[in-house]
Amino acid sequence: MSELHLSRNTIHFAEPLPLQSGTVLSGYDLVIETYGKLNADKSNAVLVCHALNASHHVAGANPDDASDIGWWDNMIGPGKPVDTNHFFVIGVNNLGSCFGSTGPKSINPANGKQYGADFPVITVEDWVNTQARLADKLSIRRFAAVMGGSLGGMQALAWSIQFPKRLAHCIVIASTPKLSAQNIAFNEVARNAILSDPDFHGGNYYEHGVVPKSGLRLARMVGHITYLSDDDMAEKFGRDLQRPNGESHDYRFSFDVEFEVESYLRHQGDKFSAYFDANTYLLITRALDYFDPSRRYEGSLSRALAEVQAKFLVVSFSTDWRFSPNRSREIVEALLSNKSEVSYAEIDAPHGHDAFLLDDPRYHNLIRAYFEQMLELKS
Amino acid sequence: MRRADFAAIANWIAPNSEVLDLGCGDGSFLEYLQKQKPVHAYGVEIDDARVLSCAQKGLNVIQQNLEGGLALFENNSFDTVVLSQTLQTIHETEKILREVVRVGKESVVSFPNFGHWSHRLAVGLGRMPVSKSLPYQWYNTPNVRVLTVADFEKLASSLGLQILDQCILHEGRQVTLMPNLFGSLALFRVRRA
Repeated sequence: MSELHLSRNTIHFAEPLPLQSGTVLSGYDLVIETYGKLNADKSNAVLVCHALNASHHVAGANPDDASDIGWWDNMIGPGKPVDTNHFFVIGVNNLGSCFGSTGPKSINPANGKQYGADFPVITVEDWVNTQARLADKLSIRRFAAVMGGSLGGMQALAWSIQFPKRLAHCIVIASTPKLSAQNIAFNEVARNAILSDPDFHGGNYYEHGVVPKSGLRLARMVGHITYLSDDDMAEKFGRDLQRPNGESHDYRFSFDVEFEVESYLRHQGDKFSAYFDANTYLLITRALDYFDPSRRYEGSLSRALAEVQAKFLVVSFSTDWRFSPNRSREIVEALLSNKSEVSYAEIDAPHGHDAFLLDDPRYHNLIRAYFEQMLELKS
Repeated sequence: MRRADFAAIANWIAPNSEVLDLGCGDGSFLEYLQKQKPVHAYGVEIDDARVLSCAQKGLNVIQQNLEGGLALFENNSFDTVVLSQTLQTIHETEKILREVVRVGKESVVSFPNFGHWSHRLAVGLGRMPVSKSLPYQWYNTPNVRVLTVADFEKLASSLGLQILDQCILHEGRQVTLMPNLFGSLALFRVRRA
């Protein structure tokens, strides 16, 4: 197995970026990580789009902290399903995120203060525009593939619509062409948790030297419930009581952590609120809500996808109730109605929405086969 | 793997057709067909390993259970829908046949003929038949429906299917004399009447 060839860069974009909202962002940075080597004709690049809380750090060990392994390390690397011995993989931290790319935490050049509430609302389409500019900088005219899970899948889908000629393959995993009312409702609860935290200060908490930690924590707890399946939770925690030191299994009749699942959610919330930015959470959940390429076509996804040229691989997971297989089938149905090239796999996995990040031989073998086929077509 | 019915089915498919192969298995037929003539094709398959085989062949494959119907596909959206040796594995026989002719301008349905004399003889002698066309024991067969050429003709008629053509085979050769007795594999070209 050869090396990952991890490289991290911050790229500055000086040209103003017009946003879907009508606002113009004067200039911005994007942090990227790349793996593998770009070939001479620049035809082996794969763009990996991240979901809500992830970053440019897709694979391998973080150069600054070896214990920080990339969020899709089981998928991407030498000899992995997306094999970096053959493909040049790019992970990019999206605009508005909090891992080095310009976002609400960054300094607003207009007034020298952190953007906070002044950071503009960003959409999936805006992200795709920034990613296309990134491709320009790297002289990549056409990606071998753009891929992503969940919100990352929405970006891949948007790529196929906005820049149909600039990607050969579009890989959309555990995603949806638009959020349902239930999805938006969960996002709204999460946002409300943040907005109602007294430490939120209308989004300008940086200047008060605080963070709306409890709101962010609650937002993550709610979100996390939607990432797991009922069966998965039953399997992981059941009704087990939290008794780390073998204490009595009698109820304690209190509101402290009593069940294992409570302890787990609190742990997830604590961990998340320590590293994630609340304004970014608001921004990204709103980008999720707004995404709906069919909106400009009287709700017809088929018309929205009429110009796509990429070959699609759509993958869903049977127990994913956040973005259920039916949501993926909507994408497949629209592509079929246009006679676009598409394959669809529905992986029978117990892990709910999170399954797209986990090891599953059926899932990984399929992605591997798909990428191997790309190589075969090229040679 | 090249099955005896591949060539016969391919004969009924015009070049540059839109083709949908239901129960496409490991994609052998579509791979064969695409070598014979230019077509634009999709397969439908439920089994994980077979879906993977199709992906390895670079075919468009949609994973779904045919028992649920063909909601993903629009009316008359394919020139030819192929249901090759799959009908006998589906519980919802009438539903899938209605769906097949809804989606396809024309369709090809093939199935092992239970009416072949060797099958009749086996049953006559008190045993369920095991043959090249019905290679399973009664306790491990994936087939949930057994039918004869005559049975299919009757059902087709009652569902409003027009039979455009038929080709009954045995050992890869066409049988014209008493096909329901001497044919082991039946192929019908049908459309909605």
